[in-house]
Amino acid sequence: MNILVCVKRVPLTGGKITLTEDEQAIQTRHLGFTVSPHEECAAEEAIRLVEAHGGESVVLTLGPAEAEEQLRDMMAIGIDRGIHLVTDGGEWDPQATAAAIVDAVRADGTQFDLLLFGNESADAGNYQVAVRVAYALGLPVVNGIKGISVDGAGLRCERERTSHPPGRDVYAVPMPAVVTVLEGINLPRYPSVPGRMRAKRKPLAAAEPARAQPRLEMVRLKLPASSSKQAEVLGHGADAAPRVVEILSEIGVM
Amino acid sequence: MSATLVFMESADDELSQQAVTFAGQLGGEMSAVAIDAGEAYAPAAWAQTLVELAQERGATAVVGPGTDRGNEVLAHVAAKLDQPMSANCMNVTPGEPATVTRMRWGGSLLEEARVHGAPLLLTVAPHAVAATPAADVQVMAVSGSASDADRVVRVSETVPASTAGVSLADADVVVSGGRGVGSSEGFSVIEELAALLGGAVGCSRAVTSAGWRPHSDQVGQTGTKISPEIYIACGISGATQHMAGCKGAKRLLAINPDGEASIFASADYAVIGDLHEVVPAISAEIRKARGT
Repeated sequence: MNILVCVKRVPLTGGKITLTEDEQAIQTRHLGFTVSPHEECAAEEAIRLVEAHGGESVVLTLGPAEAEEQLRDMMAIGIDRGIHLVTDGGEWDPQATAAAIVDAVRADGTQFDLLLFGNESADAGNYQVAVRVAYALGLPVVNGIKGISVDGAGLRCERERTSHPPGRDVYAVPMPAVVTVLEGINLPRYPSVPGRMRAKRKPLAAAEPARAQPRLEMVRLKLPASSSKQAEVLGHGADAAPRVVEILSEIGVM
Repeated sequence: MSATLVFMESADDELSQQAVTFAGQLGGEMSAVAIDAGEAYAPAAWAQTLVELAQERGATAVVGPGTDRGNEVLAHVAAKLDQPMSANCMNVTPGEPATVTRMRWGGSLLEEARVHGAPLLLTVAPHAVAATPAADVQVMAVSGSASDADRVVRVSETVPASTAGVSLADADVVVSGGRGVGSSEGFSVIEELAALLGGAVGCSRAVTSAGWRPHSDQVGQTGTKISPEIYIACGISGATQHMAGCKGAKRLLAINPDGEASIFASADYAVIGDLHEVVPAISAEIRKARGT
C-alpha cells in the first residue's frame, strides 16, 4: 500500500498571537514550529497502515526552506521519504496549493493507493485542498475521518456525526482514494533518537513550483476585537472555595 | 441582477439558518434549499445538485453553513466549478472582486481576502450572525444527473453512539484539566467536581498528547467546541488552540497558580492557586452546602 501524506508547517502560537508590522503574517520570531495537528495524525496513520499492509509512505509539504524540519520530523517517526515543494514563505491560496500537489504527485510517478491530508490546516483552515486534489486526479474523497481500516480493495472510513442522531457515519471507499483525517484518529508517536538519526539519511526530493495568481487573495490579517476581561479574583488557594460555591449557586448550576 | 442560493443542512438547523441571515447581506433574490432527509449523505452528489440549481437560477453566490457538511459540500461545489471558496466567513462585501473577512486558527485570527471568481462561494462562521428561520426552504432530492462517480462516497451505515454520561458538547458545566494536573491519576479531583455538578470532564491538548485522557475529552480548535453555562479550567495556561474550543462558554472560571497565565485575560472569575488544593476544597464546600 503506497501512501502519500500532505502536511503543513505552522507556528506554535502559545497564548497570544502577534502580527508582523505589514499584517501579512504572525510574528514568529520567538515561536517554534510544528506540523498542523490533524496532519500529524495523518502521518501516524500512514505509518501504521504501511506497518500493517506493507508498501511505502511518503510525506509532502509545500512551504519555505525551513519546512524541511517538519519533513524530517515525520521521517523520524517512520515515514520513508519526503517531497518538499519549496516556496519563498509567502501565502499560497488553496487552488494554487492543490495544483502544486497534483503536479508533484504526477511527477513522482508512484501509484499511490491513498492520499492522506488533515481535514483542515491549523492556520488557514480553508477546508478544500484535499477535495481539489481529488477532483484533479479523478479520485473519490472522504473528509473528517476518525477511523480507517482496510477492507479488501477498499477502505472502511468512520466519521463522527455532529448532527442528530449521535454516532458514526461509515463510508466504504474504493482505492485509490483521498482521505482527510481529524486529530483523535490515533495518538501520534514521538520520534526516538535512532529515528532522528535515520531520518537524516532518508531521501528528500525538492522542487520549486511556480505560484499561480491567488484567486482567494489574502489582503491582510487582523486580530479579533479584544474581549479582554478583568477577571474577578475569588481568592487564593483553598480559601477561595466558599466564594466559588456562591458563584455556582448564583449561576444556578448547583 | 444578483441571486443567492443557500445550502441548508435542514430547515431547522440553527447554523444553516445563520447562513440564511448572512446571505441577506448579498442582496438580490435568495433561495434556500435542503436535501431530503431520506437521502444518504453523498457530498459530491449533493454538490452536483447545488451546481445544477445554481446554473438554472443564474446564482451569483452559493452560501452554506460553516459546519462539517457545509464546508465539505461547498468545497465540492468549488472543485466542480474550479472557483475559489472562502470558508468560515464573518463578513462579506459583494463586488468584483468580492471581499470577505474569514476565520483562521479557529477564530483566534481573522483574514481579509479578495475573492476573484464567480459565482461567489462561501461558508458562514458559526455564530457570526443570529439565525433567522427561512420562510421558504425547498427540500429536494439529489439530482438524477449526479454521476456514478459522484455517488461513490456516501454514508452506507450509521453506528449509534454509546451514550455514557453527559456529552462534552452539550454539558451545562465542564470541568477541565491541563498540564498542571500532572498525571492521569491527578484527574480524580477533576472527575469528582464534574460529577458533583452533573457536568462533563474536559482537558487540554497537552493532556491528550501525554496520553492522560482520551481525545474525546479534548476541548480546543482540534477537539470539541463547548458552550456550557460555566467552564471551570484547572491548570490550563490558555493557549489559542484551547481558547478556540471554549470561547462559546457563557462564563469562565480559571484556577491557576500563575497569576500571569494568559487564560486569566479571558476569564470572568479567577482563583490563584494550585488546583490540587483548590478543586478538592470546592468539592468539599459543595458537599457542605448540600449537607451531604
